Amino acid sequence: MAEPSLDIRQPLLDSLLAGLIALVVFGPIVGVVLDGYSFHLESSRVAWIVGAVMLGRFLLSLFLHSAGGRGWLQRLEGGGAGVQVLPPEHRSHLRWLLPLVLLAAVVFPFFAGKYLLTVVILGLIYVLLGLGLNIVVGLAGLLDLGYVAFYAIGAYGLALGYEYLGLGFWSVLPLAALMAALAGALLGFPVLRMHGDYLAIVTLGFGEIIRLVLNNWLSFTGGPNGMSVPAPTFLGLEFGRRARDGGVPFHEFFGIAYNPNLKFLFIYVVLLLTVLLVLYVKGRLVRMPIGRAWEALREDEIACRAMGLNHVLVKLSAFMLGASTAGLAGVFFASYQGFVNPTSFTFFESALILAIVVLGGMGSTLGVVLAAFMLTVAPELLRSFADYRVLLFGMLMVLMMIWRPRGLIRISRRGFARRPGVAP
Amino acid sequence: MSVPLLEFRAVDLHYGPIQALRQVSLHVDEGETVSLIGANGAGKSSLLMSIFGQPRPSAGQILYRGEDITRKSAHHVASSGVAQSPEGRRVFPDMSVEENLLMGTIPIGMAHADEDLGRMFELFPRLRERRNQRAMTLSGGEQQMLAIARALMSRPKLLLLDEPSLGLAPIVVRQIFQILRELASGGMTLFLVEQNANHALRLSDRGYVMVNGQIRLSGSGEELLGDPEVRSAYLGGH
Repeated sequence: MAEPSLDIRQPLLDSLLAGLIALVVFGPIVGVVLDGYSFHLESSRVAWIVGAVMLGRFLLSLFLHSAGGRGWLQRLEGGGAGVQVLPPEHRSHLRWLLPLVLLAAVVFPFFAGKYLLTVVILGLIYVLLGLGLNIVVGLAGLLDLGYVAFYAIGAYGLALGYEYLGLGFWSVLPLAALMAALAGALLGFPVLRMHGDYLAIVTLGFGEIIRLVLNNWLSFTGGPNGMSVPAPTFLGLEFGRRARDGGVPFHEFFGIAYNPNLKFLFIYVVLLLTVLLVLYVKGRLVRMPIGRAWEALREDEIACRAMGLNHVLVKLSAFMLGASTAGLAGVFFASYQGFVNPTSFTFFESALILAIVVLGGMGSTLGVVLAAFMLTVAPELLRSFADYRVLLFGMLMVLMMIWRPRGLIRISRRGFARRPGVAP
Repeated sequence: MSVPLLEFRAVDLHYGPIQALRQVSLHVDEGETVSLIGANGAGKSSLLMSIFGQPRPSAGQILYRGEDITRKSAHHVASSGVAQSPEGRRVFPDMSVEENLLMGTIPIGMAHADEDLGRMFELFPRLRERRNQRAMTLSGGEQQMLAIARALMSRPKLLLLDEPSLGLAPIVVRQIFQILRELASGGMTLFLVEQNANHALRLSDRGYVMVNGQIRLSGSGEELLGDPEVRSAYLGGH
C-alpha cells in the first residue's frame, strides 16, 4: 500500500487490553454485590461498563492513529523541554487578555451575589498561596510539604493578635507577613543542607508541628474549638449594620444603603490589590539576579556552589518570601471566615497548594493563577457533582501527567534585549 | 619575591575517614598559567573545590593574595576575584546562554554586566549566535565555552578550570585550549586541572603532577613534558 491507511489492528488490541483491565478493576467491585450474608452476581452491569470502556478505548485509539490524531498528540506534547526562551521582541498574543481580566475583576463585584463573591475570594486566597509556594518549589526547587504552616501563622496571627493585643486587620496584615517570614527563616536554617526527599520530610514535620501546637495549646489558642476573628474595618469604620461601642458604621458614614456583603466586598478589593502587588513584585524579582539565582539553584546546586553563590542567602530568601506570601493569605482567610481552627491547616491543604503549583506548571505565574482557580472555584461551581469531585481531580491529574507533564502553562522567559545602563 | 596569587600550604583534606589530599603545597603566581595533572581520583577536583571551601581542608592553609581564605565563605572568595569553570561544565540547562552568563556576574553585581556580555560575545562568537538558546541545546564544546565565559563574567584575577577538555572531541579541545592561550597571553592567571596532560602542559608555564592526593612532581611545562615518568604515566609513554 502506498498510503498508510488506517490500521485497525492496533486499536482492536488496545481496546481488548483496556477491556481486560476494566474487567479486573470493576469485576469484583461492581459485579459482586453483598446481600446480607450472601452475595449475588451482577454480570450485566459489569458487561455494560467493560463494553463502554472498550468502545471508548477503541475510538480513542482509532482517533490517535489517524493523521489528525497524531498531529493533535504531537501538539499536546510539544517539546520535551522545560523552559521556552522567547525572542526579546516577543509579545504574547494573549496581551489583550490582561486588561480584559482586570476589567472583569473590577466589574465583577457589582454583579456577583454573596456566594459567588466568597467563592472568588477563596480562589484569590489560593492564588496568593500558589504564588508563594511557586517561589519555593517552582523557582528555587525546594520541595516544601509543610507550606500550610505559614498560612496558619498568618491566620492565627490575626486571631491571637486581636485576642491578646487588640490588633486589627490592618496592623496584622504586615505583621503576619513578617512573622511568617521569620518562621520561614527558622525553618530555612536547619534545612539549608538538605534537598529532595529529606527536605520534604522535614518541612512536612514542621507543618504538622505548627498544626499540633495550635490544636493542643488549649489555654492559648483555644485548641480544636478555634478562635473568632474580628471583622475587618476601613479607617476604623465597621461594616456591620450597627457599629459597636457607639461608632459610626461604614454605610452611614458614606451615606449609602446598608449592604450585608460589604465585608466581603472589602476583603475582595484588598485581596485583589494584594494579589496584583504580589504578582508585580514576583514579576520583578524573577528578572533580578536573585530570581535567576533561585532558578540556578533549582537547576544545578553544585554549579551554584562552584560559582561561589551565597546559597544561604538564596535559599533563605526563597523560604522567607514564600512564607510571607502565605502569611498574607492566612490573614485574608481568617477575616473571610471570621473564625479559625486547626482543621483548616491540615496536610491536605499543603498537598492542594502543591497540586496548584505542579498543575499550573512549576515556576509559571500564569499557570499557577489558572490552576488555583481551577482547583478551588471549579469544585464550588460543580457542587452538583460533589460526589465525583475527587474522581474528577484524579482523572485531571492523570490526563495532565500524560499530556502536560510540565504543567498547564510552560514556564517561558523573554530573551534579553540590550538594555541601557542597568543599576547594580 | 612577591606574594603568590594563590598558595596552598601543607593542605590536608578528608572525606570522612578517606584522605583526599596529603600535605599539598603549591603556588600560582600572578600572570602565570599553571596546570595540575593526575589520574582519575588523584584529588585534583577536591583541591580546586577546597579553594571555595567545599569541602574545607582539615589542616593547612590556602592563601589568596596573602590573605588566608581557608575558612572564608564561597561567596567571599568568588567576589574577591576567583572564578571557576567546574568539572563537567555544569551550565544551567534550562536557562538561556545570556542568563547563564548573567549568573556569572552575581559575585560582583550587575554594574558591568552589559559591557562584559559584549566582551564575552567577542571572545566566543558562537555564544553570540546562540544567546537566546537554552544551554542544554548547545554542543559539548559550546557548553564548555559557556562555562568559561560564565566564570569570566565575574572579572576574575584567577581563573580555575576543572577539566575543560572532558568529553570533547580532539578538534574542540584544540579550540578550547586556543582560547585559553589567548586568555593567558592577555594577562589572565590560569590554574588548570587536567587529565589531558599533553595539552595542559604545553599551555602551561609550570605544572604539578598529583598522585594519590600528593604532589609527586613539579617543574616547568616543558620539563614535565620531557620527564620519563610523566611520559609513561600520562602521555601514552613512548
